[in-house]
Amino acid sequence: MENSLNTERHEYDVVVIGAGGAGLRAAIEARQQGKRTAIVCKSLFGKAHTVMAEGGAAAAMGNVNPDDNWMVHFRDTMRGGKFLNNWRMAELHAKEAPDRVWELEAWGALFDRTKDGKISQRNFGGHEYPRLAHVGDRTGLEMIRTLQQRVVALQQEDYETHGDHEAYIKVFAECTVTRLLKDGDAISGAFGYWRETGNFIIFDAPAVVLATGGIGKSYVVTSNSWEYTGDGHALALLAGANLINMEFIQFHPTGMVWPPSVRGILVTESVRGDGGVLRNSEGKRFMFDYVPDVFKDKYATSEEEGDRWYTDQANNRRPPELLPRDEVARAINAEVKAGRGSPQGGVFLDVSTRLPAEEIKKRLPSMYHQFKELADVDITAEPMQVGPTCHYIMGGVEVEADTGAAAVPGLFAAGEVSGGMHGSNRLGGNSLSDLLVFGRRAGAGAAAYVDGLAGRPKVADDAVEAAREEALAPLGRSGENPYEVHHELQRTMNDLVGIIRKPGEIAEALQVVEKLKERVALVGAAGSRVYNPGWHLAIDLRNMVLVSECVARAALLREESRGGHTRDDFPGMNPEWRRKLLVCSTEGGSVSVEEKVQPRMRDELIGLFERDELSKYLTDEEMTEFDGIAKS
Amino acid sequence: MGPREVERSAMTQTTPEAPARRQRAQVKVRTLRTDRWWLVPLVTFLGLSSFLVYGVWAIIDTSNFVEPYIAPFAAPCLTTQEVCEGARLFGWAPVGDWYALPPGLLILGLPGGFRLTCYYYRKSYYRSFWLSPAACAVQEPHGKYTGETRFPLIIQNIHRYFFYFAVVIGAILTYDAVLAVVHKPLGLGSWILVLNAVLILGYTFGCHSCRHITAGRLNHFSRHPLRYRAWTFVSKLNAKHQPLAWASMFSVMGADLYVRLVAKGIIAFPYA
Amino acid sequence: MSYKAKFKVWRGEGGEGRLEDFTVEVNEGEVVLDIIHRLQATQAPDLAVRWNCKAGKCGSCSMEINGKPRLGCMTRMSTFSEDETITVTPMRTFPVIKDLVNDVSYNYQKAREVPSFTPPADVRPGEFRMKQVDVERSQEFRKCIECFMCNNICHVIRDHEENKPNFSGPRFLMRIAELDMHPYDVADRQETAQEEHGLGYCNITKCCTEVCPEHIKITDNALIPMKERVVDRKYDPLVWLGNKIFKRSS
Repeated sequence: MENSLNTERHEYDVVVIGAGGAGLRAAIEARQQGKRTAIVCKSLFGKAHTVMAEGGAAAAMGNVNPDDNWMVHFRDTMRGGKFLNNWRMAELHAKEAPDRVWELEAWGALFDRTKDGKISQRNFGGHEYPRLAHVGDRTGLEMIRTLQQRVVALQQEDYETHGDHEAYIKVFAECTVTRLLKDGDAISGAFGYWRETGNFIIFDAPAVVLATGGIGKSYVVTSNSWEYTGDGHALALLAGANLINMEFIQFHPTGMVWPPSVRGILVTESVRGDGGVLRNSEGKRFMFDYVPDVFKDKYATSEEEGDRWYTDQANNRRPPELLPRDEVARAINAEVKAGRGSPQGGVFLDVSTRLPAEEIKKRLPSMYHQFKELADVDITAEPMQVGPTCHYIMGGVEVEADTGAAAVPGLFAAGEVSGGMHGSNRLGGNSLSDLLVFGRRAGAGAAAYVDGLAGRPKVADDAVEAAREEALAPLGRSGENPYEVHHELQRTMNDLVGIIRKPGEIAEALQVVEKLKERVALVGAAGSRVYNPGWHLAIDLRNMVLVSECVARAALLREESRGGHTRDDFPGMNPEWRRKLLVCSTEGGSVSVEEKVQPRMRDELIGLFERDELSKYLTDEEMTEFDGIAKS
Repeated sequence: MGPREVERSAMTQTTPEAPARRQRAQVKVRTLRTDRWWLVPLVTFLGLSSFLVYGVWAIIDTSNFVEPYIAPFAAPCLTTQEVCEGARLFGWAPVGDWYALPPGLLILGLPGGFRLTCYYYRKSYYRSFWLSPAACAVQEPHGKYTGETRFPLIIQNIHRYFFYFAVVIGAILTYDAVLAVVHKPLGLGSWILVLNAVLILGYTFGCHSCRHITAGRLNHFSRHPLRYRAWTFVSKLNAKHQPLAWASMFSVMGADLYVRLVAKGIIAFPYA
Repeated sequence: MSYKAKFKVWRGEGGEGRLEDFTVEVNEGEVVLDIIHRLQATQAPDLAVRWNCKAGKCGSCSMEINGKPRLGCMTRMSTFSEDETITVTPMRTFPVIKDLVNDVSYNYQKAREVPSFTPPADVRPGEFRMKQVDVERSQEFRKCIECFMCNNICHVIRDHEENKPNFSGPRFLMRIAELDMHPYDVADRQETAQEEHGLGYCNITKCCTEVCPEHIKITDNALIPMKERVVDRKYDPLVWLGNKIFKRSS
């Protein structure tokens, strides 16, 4: 059944896996540096999950409030991540985000405008100033389309000079990579299959950029699409790279809760940024009861003050609905558990009593349509019902901040699949800018790496053969239906390693995952290799189970609550744990997790914070050190 | 990138690399629609046909004036013929005795042409008369299709000239309506003519060409605030172009018929 | 709340295929895509369907439901009666790969033929200044999620395969309009819209507007204004004369 005719082979300098914001930006950079670049993606070109991003891209351009600058943005990011962030990444991100956004504009993006014709910026949770460049509530779509069109523009240039659109950059759409190939320690290529035909494809390439997004499909209630099966996380692990911060998963506070089939689909934070308020079944704006100590002086204490903030931000503090996402998600979770939830198991998010109907339709058009068409709810007339949904994983491939390089030579990662930038919790709006800043850096890093190579690494035939056998295995078996295994994994992770975590439950989850591993090895897929979703899922299951194990193991070890990791038995933050990162690696199919010391922040960066604030996060030892810096 | 690469060409239906599977799904029926998709084109066909039939009759019919009403289809009268004497604009008759055909022919071409080349009417008759397509996702019966790329349909592009003339016609109908309203005693016909003039103007100024001329052709609205405001207004009318097209078509037919029936004495109640 | 619905789903590979009958459970609040997924999970694991976001934002799950192009994820089952047989087929205009999955490469080919955004050479990133009113028209067109249902329903190519090389379809004629109305775009797009992309084929029958899941007024706001701009350039002697006399540039 197998012959060399239906296995394609391609030679590239850089292979980018994933065609979302990070992948496209990386590919554009690699191509602009003269590298022959392949973009490999599971969906059609332009359908990546980035289209779902609604709110905007955070960049301290200071268009709306001139007091904004990279230092304020840096502080907000570190605060949001509870100081667990890789400070260098947070610094690069805050400094470079404006340039990346302006660049998009030069490629044709049309952001909403300020009165004086600049890019307008909106408020968002955790950001001190209006900072999110946006287009209504479809910023992700604008971004993906702009990058897609930039790729096309480069292809048109190549057509002019080489007579071939795809001479230097080519998109392999609906193509899944199942294994990274190595020559010794270093990356030598990638192996995958065309979803359409089931035929295999081998890339000979010295550099691979992972930009595969997250792992949300390991959970039942998620805002993520089917593509989010942790492919990049798993590929990196299997190739010998490390994952960090895997215990930190962001549950977005506002996902749809009804109808069941769309449970989890995102309700943008802009609803709250534009005035929407959260109420429980008693009609109370409960968020005022959930402002944690570290944020006490930054948020309004009365509804009146919170409401005034929307029009006068200089003299009022923001309403607590705009706390970082982890705080809001936990608060909603607590309200529902206390029996003050809405009829369909969420809480009420109301914008209808806050803005005129026309204004809602103008500012939140896709939310209006989403609720109208999916739930038959008119958000200009009645409140929405919302609840937490698995949204984003802060953890990912451990990379070098400046180049996106992973521990394996030739392997790079950017966007959600990389770890460190967002610490324990990501601020809304920082993800789109993260994609651009680190997508570009990973593309440039990969290009520089290729330039520095003495010779091209080779793809080993036996590795290809092993990958081929692994991929074909489910088709040859008449085993269990992969959909059932997937569903059990999702339930397990959702119920046992969800928002609030208990050690006993996590241990139970690990046992289930162990059993699921065995079942995954036995699942069978009926039908042919032509566009066979059952077969595709069977292959993806390996990745989901592997990544879920990392999440659970790390969650069991971290004995504190911080950002996207809340332990029932350790409800507070522990400064000692702030200094530790948990690093996952795998050998021979088993996952191990080790502690690693968090690198120290550079002096002038730590100097950007007030002593009072730092003392809430740092150990006494670190504070003594800080006092020394402050004096000098 | 090596020559080994298999080119995945786009329009692959006939390329040799493309296997036989690059075909459309074989669905042998003309449409799988289950709703009554034929209803709208049918009603449109009947509506437009009735207008054509009425128009032909109105050209031949000579009872087009009764103080103070002028039948819209006859205004303005450009000939010296007696049959349309009352419809003359300021008593003006630029076309002399030599002209023997029905006088309506001289002007009906202008509003007729305006409607014939109107973007909305084009949609409606392409669908209902030419079935191209009769309804969305219903296969059209023609083997070949070139649309408006060549003669004669490429002439549709002169729509904006008809628009200019339509503005003049609209002004005349408005003038006629004003004449009817200032006349004492005020009759029902005056109000019919006013309503008709309003609908005709609404239809005329909501025209896509008008929208383009107003400011649609500009790329910087912000540099032309007045034109932008006009464009905003025209755009609002334009969004109602279809209902206005129908409403003004029936109002002009209705008003015309009303005047003629009054002129013929068939309608004879007080204040008619 | 739940009931059994009758479905006919087109199944096959590469053109050859037929409508297959299914009886499947439907629960409250579900959409057609949910039902297709239930078929996959319970009766036909290799039933091919393209999907992604499930919220009408990515434009992947375009299919024809009871003969009309729809997004599977935005078509609620409550719009059908319980005894109705629901027919689901792939898009008719494009070749089929398998079951409900089309080969939509026509669209990517056409996208590549539209010259990209061309700003003046001397404007640096960060220097763009545009008023909201000046970008709003193009912004409407950029709402497009590229579900390609407008190109699918357009009879110019749906009923006439031979027009494909000469006609870019509503999606890409709208893209040209978007760029032509962009305050900073300096490329000449009006001639090519007519000569190369087949704007003249459009007979404004508005099916593209009817199927657009983003409710973009494709015909009224993009195609007709573009036709009018072409008239300025090619068919309007007064404008031509005016340009000659006053040496205006648009």
